Amino acid sequence: MARYAIGIDLGTTHSAVSYFNLEDSKARGPAQSMLPIPQLTAPGTVEARPLLPSFLYLPSGQEFPQGSLGLPWNPTPSSIAGEFARSHGAKVPTRLVSSAKSWLSHPGVDRRAALLPWQAPEEVQRVSPVEASTRYLRHLREAWDHTFAKSREDAANAMAAQDVIITVPASFDAAARDLTLEAAKTAGLENIILLEEPQAALYAWLEAQGESFRKKMKVGEVILVVDVGGGTTDFSLITVRDRAGDVELTRVAVGDHILLGGDNMDLALAHTLNQRLTAEGKKLDAWQFNALTYGCRMAKETLYADPSMERAPISIPGRGSSLIGGTLRTELPREDLDRILTDGFFPPSPASELPRVARRTGLAQMALPYAQDPGVTRHLAAFLTRQAQALANSPDAPVNVGGKSFIHPTAVLFNGGVFKAGPLKARVMEVLNSWLTADGGQPAQELEGADLDLSVARGAAYYGWVRQGHGLRIRGGTARAYYVGVETAMPAVPGMEPPVKALCVAPFGMEEGTQADVPPQEFGLVTGEPTRFRFFASSVRRDDKVGSMVDEVVGSDEFEELAPIETTLPGTPAPYGDLTPVNLQAAVTEVGTLELRCLQKDGPGKWKLELNVRMKE
Amino acid sequence: MTDQPSLSFFARFWLAFVCFWRIWIYPEFARAVLPVRVAHDEGKALPGATPAELPAPKPPEPPPALPPEREHASALQLLSMLQREGRLVDFLQEDVAAFPDEDVGAAARIVHEGCRKVMRQYLTLEPVLPQSEGDRVNVPVGFDAQRIRLTGNVAGQPPYTGALKHHGWATTAVKFPSTSPALDPRVLAPAEVELS
Repeated sequence: MARYAIGIDLGTTHSAVSYFNLEDSKARGPAQSMLPIPQLTAPGTVEARPLLPSFLYLPSGQEFPQGSLGLPWNPTPSSIAGEFARSHGAKVPTRLVSSAKSWLSHPGVDRRAALLPWQAPEEVQRVSPVEASTRYLRHLREAWDHTFAKSREDAANAMAAQDVIITVPASFDAAARDLTLEAAKTAGLENIILLEEPQAALYAWLEAQGESFRKKMKVGEVILVVDVGGGTTDFSLITVRDRAGDVELTRVAVGDHILLGGDNMDLALAHTLNQRLTAEGKKLDAWQFNALTYGCRMAKETLYADPSMERAPISIPGRGSSLIGGTLRTELPREDLDRILTDGFFPPSPASELPRVARRTGLAQMALPYAQDPGVTRHLAAFLTRQAQALANSPDAPVNVGGKSFIHPTAVLFNGGVFKAGPLKARVMEVLNSWLTADGGQPAQELEGADLDLSVARGAAYYGWVRQGHGLRIRGGTARAYYVGVETAMPAVPGMEPPVKALCVAPFGMEEGTQADVPPQEFGLVTGEPTRFRFFASSVRRDDKVGSMVDEVVGSDEFEELAPIETTLPGTPAPYGDLTPVNLQAAVTEVGTLELRCLQKDGPGKWKLELNVRMKE
Repeated sequence: MTDQPSLSFFARFWLAFVCFWRIWIYPEFARAVLPVRVAHDEGKALPGATPAELPAPKPPEPPPALPPEREHASALQLLSMLQREGRLVDFLQEDVAAFPDEDVGAAARIVHEGCRKVMRQYLTLEPVLPQSEGDRVNVPVGFDAQRIRLTGNVAGQPPYTGALKHHGWATTAVKFPSTSPALDPRVLAPAEVELS
């Protein structure tokens, strides 16, 4: 029996660990304990910090003095995670792994292949996105064990013996969830549960509020969670329903995966100021540009915190020992901040304006599929509008969208470091409320009192307790329906792809620990040879039943094609192909991952279908 | 040491039972009991009446004198952190007179921000006296002469009353990180060589 529930926020730019003592048997209230994480902050210096920067540095053998990279639990680590990895990696970008989480959810690459750092020279031992996540998790596990399970008597406190809740973006698809689980298992964790980050943020808020939330939350409320982290933007809608006289929370919908976050915002400011410096004849090297980005973040926070300031000075030190002679000066004027950040990323656009899809330069670095439109509010409008249409078509909609052009949230919970800037929260509320007013609705309220950096980890730890039957649980199941592609039989026409239909194998809203019905459609699989299926998901088709066929999935904006799934039936390939008739069945595991199986028709055979995490073709 | 009351048969039986299990289960308990048994076997007075006799400890040898950089390693470490975060050594080693105030000011922002971060991270500072500078303050009889320095017309016996010129600083919490002894504390900042 686990003594602790441990919440791990495995973030794109930072990770954090919170824990809940299950033996205490009561909610922690606002005092939600965090694990201080020992990490290297300089060669030979180990310090505990509340956050572990999600950066991995792969040092060369001679780079640092012997023994200077040791951690209390490992005298000779092969890579460095955390603060020193980030600060030193800025000077050696070819050995720095960053944004591993974004790569983990990138269907365009083989996520088990050693790809990172993306532009590393030959001799660097690259790591795969999964391996990088494993190393962060292993660092966290070892830090925990070092703190709580150092002696043999404390072995029962080891992380492997606890319930560990790892958060993932709500928009993570089935394969990215599988890979997160795989990384956690390789890191030595055993009892793992996955939880969506926006839900975790709401759990943290619920725990901090205690019983008083019942006064604030009425049946019929629709809570919009806006989570803008360092690298991703994630939306979720959660509604408060009445179920047999008791309050129930249901997660209604989640948004698409949007690679757009606070780092993009700081970079956008830095690029603008850099252009100005270049025009003045001052050229920055990569390290100085990094210092400028950091300076922009500080200046941004200063200006947002003090509305009376018109401009914030930024000093960029030179690399050399001449500090005064080598320092470049610039400043961030408020008008630039407002234009680039407040209006650029949170434009006061109407609810009908959808994200642009033209490729933008500047944000597109490396090979990650960054969002092409930086307008968070436009992405939000698209999300609320799409989901309203989906709900309007659904006979059993948990939220009434009758006569509304988009879903009307009644409350907003913010999460992510970006919203430390009060004016950005105010802007989102202002834009949202202007849409609501124009659509004949009531203005939404902000849910206050959330900790923007730590609440995901905290809420995850609290969820460990909620799972044992305490407090309020958010229900909702999978936020997508899943389909396999079936090619329709038609005479071959040169240059024409045969149309693909989609067979629903997992309906929207499957709860953890349940399995879907077996669809009547049969497939003939050749034994001993790999068979592949095209795989699709939809976050808006709420009512497709298992076995439903949908025409024309390719190119439809209701469907998103995921990486294919495959299996190999045991046996040897026969020359004239004995076909084994099978049905497909989907299940959602207790952990929170999707599993697909082939069931032999009229036989005992059962094979797992792997979600292919290699290239989408 | 007071005489302990003699124990009844049942009290001794119970004690034997409890000790039996504790010795099995708790290694520390067993370790604590061992000297009693050894002393009993050797026919010595039992600890409890008098502490177990140990060979008189030799006076510890004075540790060999450390080289100054080891003895003052934490001072050098602080300097190294102030350089790393706030470029303090660079700033102090540079000739300020050669630059206009504007440039010195821009550099001072870097030094100020970085050094302040280090100080806030590792030290908690507060004024020695809570009053505002310029206020009249009382200096009581038996005041701490390290915390309060008298200036001006210092005459007569306390209590005194005077104007607070500087509120002083004291740290209330010190939490420096420990550094690996493998590193040479004399290196405050490494030379950086960029390979292309």
